[in-house]
Amino acid sequence: MSELEHYTLTINGESRDVLDAWIGESLLYVLRERLGLPGSKGACEQGECGSCTVYVDNAAVCSCLVMAATAVGTQIATVEGLNEDGSLTDVQEAFVTEGAVQCGFCTPGLVMAVHHLLDHNDSPSEQEIKEALSGNICRCTGYGRIFAAVDTVISVRKGISS
Amino acid sequence: MTITKTQRDILGSSALRPDGISKVQGDFAFSSDLHAQNMLWGATLRSPHPYARIVSIDVSAAWKIAGVECVITADDVPGQLTYGLISEDQPVFAKDFVRYMGEPIAAVAADHPETCRRALAAITVVYEVLTPLTNPEHAIDGTHEPIHPDGNVIRRQRIVHGDANATAPIVVEGTYDIGMQDQAFLGTESALALPDHDGAGIEVFVATQWLHEDRKQMAKCLGLPEEKVRLVLGGVGGAFGAREDISLQVHTALLAMRTGRPVKMQYGREESFFGHVHRHPAQIWMRHHANSDGRIVKIEARFVFDGGAYSSTSSAVLINGVTHTQGPYQCPNAIVDGYAVRTNNPPCGAMRGFGVVQACFAHEGQMDKLAAATGIDEVEIRLRNIIHTGDTMITGQVLESVAPLERCIRETAAMPLPPEMGEKPHELDLPGGSGRTADRRNIVRGIGWGVSMKNLMYSEGFDDYSTARCTLTNGSVELKFATSEVGQGFVTLAPQIARSVLGVDHVTYDTIDTQIGSAGSTSASRQTWMSGGAVDGACRMVRERLFEHVGAIHHVDPLRLAIDDTDIIDTIGTLRISVQEASANFSVSETYEYHHRTTEDLDENGQGNCHVAFAFVAHRAVVDVDVELGLVKVVQIATAQDVGRVLNPMSVTGQIEGGIAQGLGLAVMEEIIVTNGIVRNPSFTDYLLPTALDAPQVLISMIEEPDPQAPMGAKGVGEAPCISVTPAIVAAIRNATGKSIDRCPVRPQDICF
Repeated sequence: MSELEHYTLTINGESRDVLDAWIGESLLYVLRERLGLPGSKGACEQGECGSCTVYVDNAAVCSCLVMAATAVGTQIATVEGLNEDGSLTDVQEAFVTEGAVQCGFCTPGLVMAVHHLLDHNDSPSEQEIKEALSGNICRCTGYGRIFAAVDTVISVRKGISS
Repeated sequence: MTITKTQRDILGSSALRPDGISKVQGDFAFSSDLHAQNMLWGATLRSPHPYARIVSIDVSAAWKIAGVECVITADDVPGQLTYGLISEDQPVFAKDFVRYMGEPIAAVAADHPETCRRALAAITVVYEVLTPLTNPEHAIDGTHEPIHPDGNVIRRQRIVHGDANATAPIVVEGTYDIGMQDQAFLGTESALALPDHDGAGIEVFVATQWLHEDRKQMAKCLGLPEEKVRLVLGGVGGAFGAREDISLQVHTALLAMRTGRPVKMQYGREESFFGHVHRHPAQIWMRHHANSDGRIVKIEARFVFDGGAYSSTSSAVLINGVTHTQGPYQCPNAIVDGYAVRTNNPPCGAMRGFGVVQACFAHEGQMDKLAAATGIDEVEIRLRNIIHTGDTMITGQVLESVAPLERCIRETAAMPLPPEMGEKPHELDLPGGSGRTADRRNIVRGIGWGVSMKNLMYSEGFDDYSTARCTLTNGSVELKFATSEVGQGFVTLAPQIARSVLGVDHVTYDTIDTQIGSAGSTSASRQTWMSGGAVDGACRMVRERLFEHVGAIHHVDPLRLAIDDTDIIDTIGTLRISVQEASANFSVSETYEYHHRTTEDLDENGQGNCHVAFAFVAHRAVVDVDVELGLVKVVQIATAQDVGRVLNPMSVTGQIEGGIAQGLGLAVMEEIIVTNGIVRNPSFTDYLLPTALDAPQVLISMIEEPDPQAPMGAKGVGEAPCISVTPAIVAAIRNATGKSIDRCPVRPQDICF
């Protein structure tokens, strides 16, 4: 293709050059196919399923709806940035131990959504949890074990043993 | 943080997924995450018409686009031009006719997905548009010309059992419509094909339910011997039946063989709606004859399953439907007629519940009508009719499975009901949720019931065996199997089995691929039973060899040895030695092929021992309905499920909760809307899936009565949760509204008008 662009994105605190990219590429495509960050998943391409959730300047967004080239100058955080030393965050651990993972395709997006919720509200109500996660579709679990994982994190953070 | 465990991950424990950590970190490689050096992207051109004659295809302009490496059509298929699971009637690429909207016509390989899109746009196809056959009744009565040379009826099956002239004082009947549901797995179809260096074969990483069946169909179309086609399971993002048929496998492999380069193909969501089969829409008429005490005397029924343009598994779906006419109830006399037909609607095939979902929606609607007609409570009417082990079904088959149906119903009924909605409920608890339109004064609560039985494994004489290998070396076990892990958790269960049988703790599994015998499909609630049985068998053979080894060293009859936790003990002596120590410098490997008992075809009257085994479940639904706006909120589902034996409580819970969400979707949300063959809502914006806000409270009881026919006493648990929950929810809506609603999903207009 002729119409190729070069630009630089800031991802998980690092400066990453994007070279010879088609201007129409979404942030999700650039993360996955150009920058070796496949943790964000694509499942609907229209912001309905939340599998591609990343943070852009601390806002949780669907990276499939963001043109990558418009994200220049922002701080982008992906699921790969949650645990650069290889350890698990409390949300990730709870997803594993509470059975919130089946096929796992929705999981990275949901982990991002739960962190985002709990970073802004340390004691959400049941309705607030459901509303915060309602942009992330899970087809396997029926959400029950995901709610259990969120409850576990809240309890542990408050120092209540579960 | 690190996860620490305090107990051994043996059978019965909530062992954690071995792939869980990589999945929460985004490291797990789904098939769509795979890359290869020098890789091209593939894409598919699809028909915009449900029925048309292809006059001409001109691909020359696509070839001229910079970056395009390959364009293929039906003329480029080196082997068999069609494929299919049961009948091979589906073309790799349409040649003379397109028979459904979205049928593949050509494929391209190029350097970038956008180049692919432009190449597809440059292909010129001239169509002579034809009038589509969209009413399945017209496929039966012949009022539309056949869309296939061999006619439109894929299969007709009658069941005639007992006294055809039997009758009884209470007669209820109804016609039930079930909409077309999509499996809507999140990880869309994707594959990466790598040509062998010698150019003579192909390796394909693909998300599928059955590697060996894919390989068989692919090899025929590619014109290769099966041994030249190696399949490896790419990480699978859910399946639910939609990955049982071929989608992009042949196209991707063919593009890679043609270009000599790796090719990756991945459907977007819209293409995924066209790229796989759906749950059959069906119309079912039933007439129940019963005595005044509510006992069923005879059932008459007629089933029409719309299979869409190609056969897929329609004939097996039909058999599941008609043989489950009676549901989990005794029925001495039956006359059933069933059709599966081809139309120009989207092709339909496997989805969780496979024909039984449709039958259950009808028979449970009938049970409620019977309750109303006899004045008997809807729980009592079911209890009076339940089937027991040893009863003869309408196929003449004697029910051999353990059937704890009464417990399922009574334990469900004993679960607490949710509190009544308060006067000032939270807006998110109202029907319609955050739309904030429902009015508390118009909200009515309803309660409904659904009970079902579901066959396990494949039927009608099919030997869907499974293969596993167990290798014990120095106290560690490696398992090998071709069982597709689609999220259900076989990779959790298989090591649990090995730990229990062999007393080891360190168990790994090898790459899931075609380098071992078939495991059969991850479908029909069969892998715990079948591949679990194979792993169990392989581990037991290894244990026998280990006992021989230990017996020889310690001069003990190997038959006296047993596993006790992680030790080998002499059951009538003093020897106790750890498995770790006993297997030092010892290595043994055994392969086991597990077969279920044989079954047989149905005869022309639908008589025959066609099913292997059955599982049972009861569901009670509580709904709140805004009767003015037609909005429904499912408040609670209570369920007691016959699981045989719980091998992993957390996994079973996940299957039950997940299945209930899918059944809820079919009850009130999910339908592929097709008008005149045109799919109207192929996106997640327009095809609505249950979200966290739609998830009801779920109360679960797992009924454990181990089935002696099952390898570990455990029945498959995958399908039962999604079957009778749908009629339970619809019954609750009927109960709330007083409306006679005989279709699912229930739409606002079905309630308001």
